[in-house]
Amino acid sequence: MLTHIGIEPERLQFSWISSAESTKFIDVVTEVTEAVRKVGPNTKLVKNMVREP
Amino acid sequence: MQTYIEKIREIAARLLKEETVEMVIGFQEGTIPMISPPMSVRTVEDVEQLTWSSHCCINLANYLTDTKGKVAVFAKGCDCRSIVNHIAEGKVQREDVVIIGVPCHGMMERHTIISLFGEEIEEVVEEDDGTVTVRGKGREEKYQRSDLMRQNCRVCVHRNPVLYDELVGDLVEVPADIRRHEEVEKIEALGTDERWEFFEDLIATCIRCYACRDSCPTCYCPTCFVDEAQPQWVGKGDEEPDVMTFHILRAFHTAGRCTDCGACVSSCPMGIDMRAFTKKLEKDCLDLWDWEAGQTADERPALETFQPSDPEDNFK
Repeated sequence: MLTHIGIEPERLQFSWISSAESTKFIDVVTEVTEAVRKVGPNTKLVKNMVREP
Repeated sequence: MQTYIEKIREIAARLLKEETVEMVIGFQEGTIPMISPPMSVRTVEDVEQLTWSSHCCINLANYLTDTKGKVAVFAKGCDCRSIVNHIAEGKVQREDVVIIGVPCHGMMERHTIISLFGEEIEEVVEEDDGTVTVRGKGREEKYQRSDLMRQNCRVCVHRNPVLYDELVGDLVEVPADIRRHEEVEKIEALGTDERWEFFEDLIATCIRCYACRDSCPTCYCPTCFVDEAQPQWVGKGDEEPDVMTFHILRAFHTAGRCTDCGACVSSCPMGIDMRAFTKKLEKDCLDLWDWEAGQTADERPALETFQPSDPEDNFK
């Protein structure tokens, strides 16, 4: 739904991590952070956003 | 149409006379052209006020919840699926409701007629041969009924009631060549930013009147998330992020339950086609879980159940 209305798919990630899977947690967080960093700051659904001229 | 009206009045009068039901829910002639408001009839004398037209856009399943005693309701294909939905969700007991199925020829879109005619409309008359005469300010125009149909009725494949106690007419045939998700496919073909722009434009005129929510049979929470103050989930103004949040969440709450009855669009004073949100969810439910809302009360709705074989492509 969110990707359908135009939110970048990189920002939406789902994972199933058990409390015992600490390394998987690190991997996923690193991956997600990198993916989101690539698409840059979000401009959609942001309130009171200062738009650059 | 006249045969439908006669049959509707006959059935309503019989049910009330025999005291099978305490109340009949149907449509009445409105005071404004192209709007048929719902009405409840409790006495045989009032049955003559019941009517049927191509403007019976509202979903009567919405008025079945929290009624007392046995109630009869006139239901189009989509209304009927919403009633099945209510039964599955425990909002309505099957034995408390007499469903009078109305095989549907599709309803007309008020906003289309208004924009085609261009002036204030005083009267809209339908002929049995499929022509529609629109009158206003000393002018008269004729249109084809098929050109004025609501979009959800055009792509509808469930025109006949799925569950009924009696029918007001013969079942209608559904054309085989309907591309039911053509609108969604068009949006899906756009790029990410184009899609965002499409939805931004779509809701730009929204005034947050919540008519779409109020007319929706699936929206029956005692307190809607938009009305809640503690916590306040969403701002109350007309800023785009708030309006968008309302529309996303409203749509999401109908996932796997929406029957594409179009009551939201028909009740919108601004003519916003918010089905662009809900139709996608309907398509996803069909593609992912082969689920269509309101087809049976015996199975649990798609988002209420799970199978080990469910697709998990979005999980990493």
